[in-house]
Amino acid sequence: MEPLGRRPFLKTTAMLAGSSWLTPVGQWLARAADGDAPGALPSKKSAQAVIVLWLQGGPSQLETFDPHADSTIAGGTTKIATAVKGIYLASGFERLAEEMGSVSLIRSMISKEGDHERGSYNLKTGFRPDPTVIHPSLGAVACHELSIGKAEIPRHVSILSSQWPARGGYLGDKYDAFQMTDPAGPVPDAQAHVDSNREKSRLKSLGIVEQTFAKGRSKRVEETQHKNTTNAALKMMTSEQLKAFNVSLEPQSVQDLYGNTAFGRGCLAARRLVESGVRCVEVTLNGWDTHANNHQFCKTNLKTLDPAFSGLIRDLRQRNMLDKTLVLCMGEFGRTPSINPAGGRDHWPSGFSIALAGGGIHGGRIIGETDPEGKADVKNPVRVPDLHATVFDALGIDYDKLNQTPIGRTVKFSEGKPVRELLDA
Amino acid sequence: MFFRNLFFIVLILGGAATLVANLIPPKHGFKPTPTNPEVFQKNDFLETVYRVNASFEQTWQKNKIQPAVNADDLTIARRLALGLMGTIPSLEEIRQFESRPEGERLTWWIDHVLQDRRFADYLAERFARVFVGTEDGPFILFRRRKFSSWLSDQITLNVPYDQIVREVISTEGIWTEKPATNFITVTAQKDKSNQPDPVRLAGRVTRAFLGIRLDCAQCHDHPFAPWKQTDFESFSAFFGQTHVGLRGVYDGAGEYTIDDKRKGIKRTITPKVSYAPHLLPEEGALRARLSAWVTHRENTYFSQAAVNRVWAILCGQPLVSPVDNLETEGFVPPALKILAEDFALHGHDIARLIRIIASTKTYRMQSLSANDDSVNAEKLWAQFPLGRLRPEQVAGSILQASSVSTIDAESHILTRLARFGDQNDFVKRYGDSSDDEFDNRGGTIPQRLVMMNGKLVSEKTKGGPFSATTRIQWLAPSDVKSIEAVFLTALTRRPTAEESDFFEQNLKNPEVSKGQQIQDLFWALINSTEFSWNH
Repeated sequence: MEPLGRRPFLKTTAMLAGSSWLTPVGQWLARAADGDAPGALPSKKSAQAVIVLWLQGGPSQLETFDPHADSTIAGGTTKIATAVKGIYLASGFERLAEEMGSVSLIRSMISKEGDHERGSYNLKTGFRPDPTVIHPSLGAVACHELSIGKAEIPRHVSILSSQWPARGGYLGDKYDAFQMTDPAGPVPDAQAHVDSNREKSRLKSLGIVEQTFAKGRSKRVEETQHKNTTNAALKMMTSEQLKAFNVSLEPQSVQDLYGNTAFGRGCLAARRLVESGVRCVEVTLNGWDTHANNHQFCKTNLKTLDPAFSGLIRDLRQRNMLDKTLVLCMGEFGRTPSINPAGGRDHWPSGFSIALAGGGIHGGRIIGETDPEGKADVKNPVRVPDLHATVFDALGIDYDKLNQTPIGRTVKFSEGKPVRELLDA
Repeated sequence: MFFRNLFFIVLILGGAATLVANLIPPKHGFKPTPTNPEVFQKNDFLETVYRVNASFEQTWQKNKIQPAVNADDLTIARRLALGLMGTIPSLEEIRQFESRPEGERLTWWIDHVLQDRRFADYLAERFARVFVGTEDGPFILFRRRKFSSWLSDQITLNVPYDQIVREVISTEGIWTEKPATNFITVTAQKDKSNQPDPVRLAGRVTRAFLGIRLDCAQCHDHPFAPWKQTDFESFSAFFGQTHVGLRGVYDGAGEYTIDDKRKGIKRTITPKVSYAPHLLPEEGALRARLSAWVTHRENTYFSQAAVNRVWAILCGQPLVSPVDNLETEGFVPPALKILAEDFALHGHDIARLIRIIASTKTYRMQSLSANDDSVNAEKLWAQFPLGRLRPEQVAGSILQASSVSTIDAESHILTRLARFGDQNDFVKRYGDSSDDEFDNRGGTIPQRLVMMNGKLVSEKTKGGPFSATTRIQWLAPSDVKSIEAVFLTALTRRPTAEESDFFEQNLKNPEVSKGQQIQDLFWALINSTEFSWNH
């Protein structure tokens, strides 16, 4: 645990003196004691945070990271050259193309989940849905395994969350992502209406009522997360770091870099949050379920994604944060090589693309290959658990160790093997 | 001049007297709601309650679990109000409740609630969520509010559930005049000249009315239930002749064809039910035949799905989880079958089902156990489960807690407007966890923020001439009585001795005004776990 700074220390003590309901210091100690925070600071080499750009709906690989421009399956999609010789992206990624030296692509992702809910679960957790256990998403594992650090705000955040935001699973609901909408302004309702003395007395009263209610149901009451979330909310309210959510505090030039969209603001907030010690931010861009008019929708989506993704990489690099921050851009599956009568592409989990950048991942590399005719199997396939093992490895997390679920089952954080070509020099 | 002053004084005193009447236990009875205590005493009623209780007791014995003891009447009254009206009892209602003779209070309260328009409105909203979803649907073609107020009317008239569902599935006509048809029009597809979507309709019917996730078979055969992909296609075909035209929803001619993308051909699908084909009438329009089959007394999926849902609405947790999937490999409490049989046998009477569930031992037990073993005990219904309240229940409770008298459907129009406006804004911020309304996961940080600092709570706990804080502060005869009134208003219980002592000491603090102390007490109670979790 990091030593307490003077200012937050004074602030918290002043606010909480005499209140048994709320003792963050005690809470930290308790968390450290019950094994939640192994306290191991990430090694100097490892990435310390991950930003997931979640393309909800299943983005077409052919109109994004894996164009086959000269083939019949392209349906008119063209490609552009990038900063790395021999690597092409689909048109529309003009700005990302300039950053290609920092970005690597896996073009041979395969999974067995072709349904949105199941596919999202699969890609977010690295496991297929299982009726007996809910697996934690990648960000929850990162928060669980990496030290608490300096964050006074939730360390797992989901911006513009989809229907299935990242969850804590068997690690507990407290590892669920903190969900928020467009970070265009301050976090709503984060300002107390009364002075700190009055708040202190209110919280003391609350503590009295909570005690009564916990009698005979202490465990269940703990599971409601009521106390945890109240504490976290209070900690947030008085934290300077709360400003990290508010992107309007950035200079206009930086805001422009990311593009003037909710998703762009989400990516900018992600950078600000990681700067404040947040471990994982998920930013969702919806609209990739292109069963009809695939090309048109992809084109529109790229206008949002291209500046946001490339702006994030550039901004992180300029701040010397790129080596410590892994950026992952993916959706739940890809889309069929064939184009349906409605001009759309349907779900396709057997050969799709994802992009990675920063956080110890070598840029400018391509893993795997899909068939330009869309018929043959992919070359050098990467399974979803392998992707997760790669990310955990970059974060310095021992994904192979056995963990106990609450019902006593042993599971690993990932059952895959890292893609070494992305990690080794 | 003298008379005008006198008149003014009399008016003030009269007003004050009315206010006092709400706070101080009444000496005379209120006008009682007509009730049917004999319904609860009929043999067939008692027998079903007995069988449900016995089935649970067997489970507890087998698992060596000590069931919780009975909860007190006020706790149960709060559960009923939250489950059936989406709000908590008012102080006024609590006084009425306590003026009834002990032993009759709960049956009186159940019947009182069942006759309250808030009950019909709230249950209709919960049903509408399942029947037509939560989204706005296609503009113009879909009128959600019409649909739910039609449902509310049916519930008020105690129209049998099977009849309601038959109308929902098979009605023809325009969506504004025949609100049931909104079930069809909500699936209108803009890109297919507003024709309804048979696939979505089939998915809705099977999930909402039968508790089967047949639509999982849409892409692949069901992992362990006997459904095949073809079952779902044939089921969808019952909506293959349903069209939306100028005169609304109608059943026309034509066959149901689908594009087989894999084979690149069109296939014609014949309507077929996936089980019990003998229950399907041979004559009639396709939808009418389907609706008769779905709601047939011998179609046990239908009655079990309804029971599972009504149980969940009352208790916060379904007997079989998730609520729209009865095909589980897990434990199915025998109570589901017993209640479903009773429901089918007695004309799918929703009010009877509610009365029975509310009379069972499980419903009336405490939500805690002597040895603090809640987690296990809850799973086997050996105690009432803690359940996270839905956003609109929390909003309804805050509004009710801020007023001493009952905010009912007939209340002043301004109160109603305020209620809906405030509620909608709050509900959005508090957030719906997911489509599964009974997932019962933990609370979230944004919820705590909106409760601690949000507009609704801060405005409702502030003193105003009609607010509970002000009225209690002015009119309670003593500090102890004020504290008691605040607890009853917000938590539907009296303070414990420790709580009472603690807050009485607080009120003695000369540096802080009584008004502020009472507001702060309200704030603390509203921000407690007890307030936002059904118990």
